[in-house]
Amino acid sequence: MTYPSRLIEEAVNEISKLPGIGKKSALRLVLHLLKEDADVTHLLCRSLTDLRTNIRYCVICHNISDGEVCNICSGTHRDHSLVCVVEDIRDVMAIENTQQYNGLYHILGGAISPVQRIGPSDLNIESLCTRIQNHNEIKEIILALSTTMEGDTTAFYITKKIKEAFPHILISSIARGVPLGGELEYADEITLGRSIVTRAPYNV
Amino acid sequence: MILQQLHMLNFKTYFDCKAVFSEHINLITGHNGAGKTNLLDAIYCLSMTKSAFANSDSNLISHGKNFFSLRADFLKNDKSNVLQYDIVDGKKNISHNKISYSKITDHIGEYPVVLITPYDTDLIRDGSEERRKFFDAIIAQTDKNYLQELIMYNKVLKQRNVLLKWIAEGNSIDNDLIDTYNHELIKKSKIISAVRSKFIEQYIPFFKSCYRHICASTEIPDIQYSSQALELNFATRFKNQTQKDIATQRTSMGIHRDDFVFNLNDKPIKQFGSQGQQKTFVLSLKLAQYEYIKHHKHLKPLLLLDDIFDKLDDERVLNLLSLIAQNTFGQVFITDARPNHNATLVNKLSGNIRIFEVTKGNIKPV
Repeated sequence: MTYPSRLIEEAVNEISKLPGIGKKSALRLVLHLLKEDADVTHLLCRSLTDLRTNIRYCVICHNISDGEVCNICSGTHRDHSLVCVVEDIRDVMAIENTQQYNGLYHILGGAISPVQRIGPSDLNIESLCTRIQNHNEIKEIILALSTTMEGDTTAFYITKKIKEAFPHILISSIARGVPLGGELEYADEITLGRSIVTRAPYNV
Repeated sequence: MILQQLHMLNFKTYFDCKAVFSEHINLITGHNGAGKTNLLDAIYCLSMTKSAFANSDSNLISHGKNFFSLRADFLKNDKSNVLQYDIVDGKKNISHNKISYSKITDHIGEYPVVLITPYDTDLIRDGSEERRKFFDAIIAQTDKNYLQELIMYNKVLKQRNVLLKWIAEGNSIDNDLIDTYNHELIKKSKIISAVRSKFIEQYIPFFKSCYRHICASTEIPDIQYSSQALELNFATRFKNQTQKDIATQRTSMGIHRDDFVFNLNDKPIKQFGSQGQQKTFVLSLKLAQYEYIKHHKHLKPLLLLDDIFDKLDDERVLNLLSLIAQNTFGQVFITDARPNHNATLVNKLSGNIRIFEVTKGNIKPV
């Protein structure tokens, strides 16, 4: 595509680097900003710059935080004996939205995948071990990782590390199976097969 | 299962061509290059979602066109079904009774075909990968979980091999991480080798019986499944091999090294079999595939025979034809390039035969 201005071309190139945005959408956004007041663009730029320079990560769980320690880790009403290990900050949000969990989190920042050049040292695994070491109140680690091969590998690796160093810690994993409110016939075969194999006792 | 009608648009040599088939035997004649094999490939595509011959989907589109479309009426379990497969603007779409598949792999195995071609002897001559592919494809048609395990195994294997390279580049070795991949590969190898071993046990009787039907002599064919994962101490040996794996940067043990050894009279057919014997062997492998699928899916696959009478002696050709004539198979498609040969074939076959002649881009009943 040729653009009438080099400035537009540069802006389009930058915006189209964002996930889910192609050249055409980027051009639409750029032209939209030009049509609006200059303030709109300035505000957008400022908030993005602020976001990038002032954002902080919780020193304990690596969640996004306004202070040194995030709201969840400093919450007195939360159960500090439970730590849920997730790959990504979005996973924390998803679990928080269920309102069913009152423990703490630990964010790895991804899953082990040598193909993508992500090794254990690129993730917050070492800091999880230090955390268990320093916080005696931790009793259980809940693994809530993706059901991909990379997620499974990471789960196995973490389990191995923790079991060796801290045999007293209970390690659990979130259950995997048929979604609630869904009819059985619509569940995919692999999930349904796994649910049958790892069936649970029925509680009345 | 019967293919009643096929309509091809811009598919290889066919620009716009319709054909109505016999529910029993269809003999496709025509000169070299007329498009006989392309017709079989169209049927194969509708079943397996990809070509048996072309490497890329785009090669299926007629030269100079930008799309192709295949539409077929199938009779399955006394119900008629419409299958449509097209590639438009590089996008592949397969629909079953006008409902598109969200995952194309879901279609594989629904309308099974068995294709027999002159290239089949590659199964004997090529490396073990071809043989694993052949048997994996049969197992996957009757066991979806197996396909999933296999895909996962290959992913783990790829990760481990990259990790080995990584270590060779001088990055520090994390033994726990290698152990993690070792554990996964050992576990999955055991599962997959157990399925393969059980499969081959069920498959061999079909195979031997097919071989006897084509060749009544005293030749004794056999298939041996060999896998490191079935040996004692596999796990220990796998782990002990790790240092060597790091040095060579590849995974030296696991089910990706499995082989299926083909023997005739206790000798490897690859070295000791004649061309005719090898041909009989692969023919039996394919017919056994037919019988296995028929047995497990309670459905007669379509049988596609592409120019297979070459290099077989008269007796073996006769035996094969009598198998076909006995209605052992359901619907059969046979291609042959030699017109005078056809007359002899037709005389040998009974039942509902329809003969077609293929000329450039057209199929006409004779």
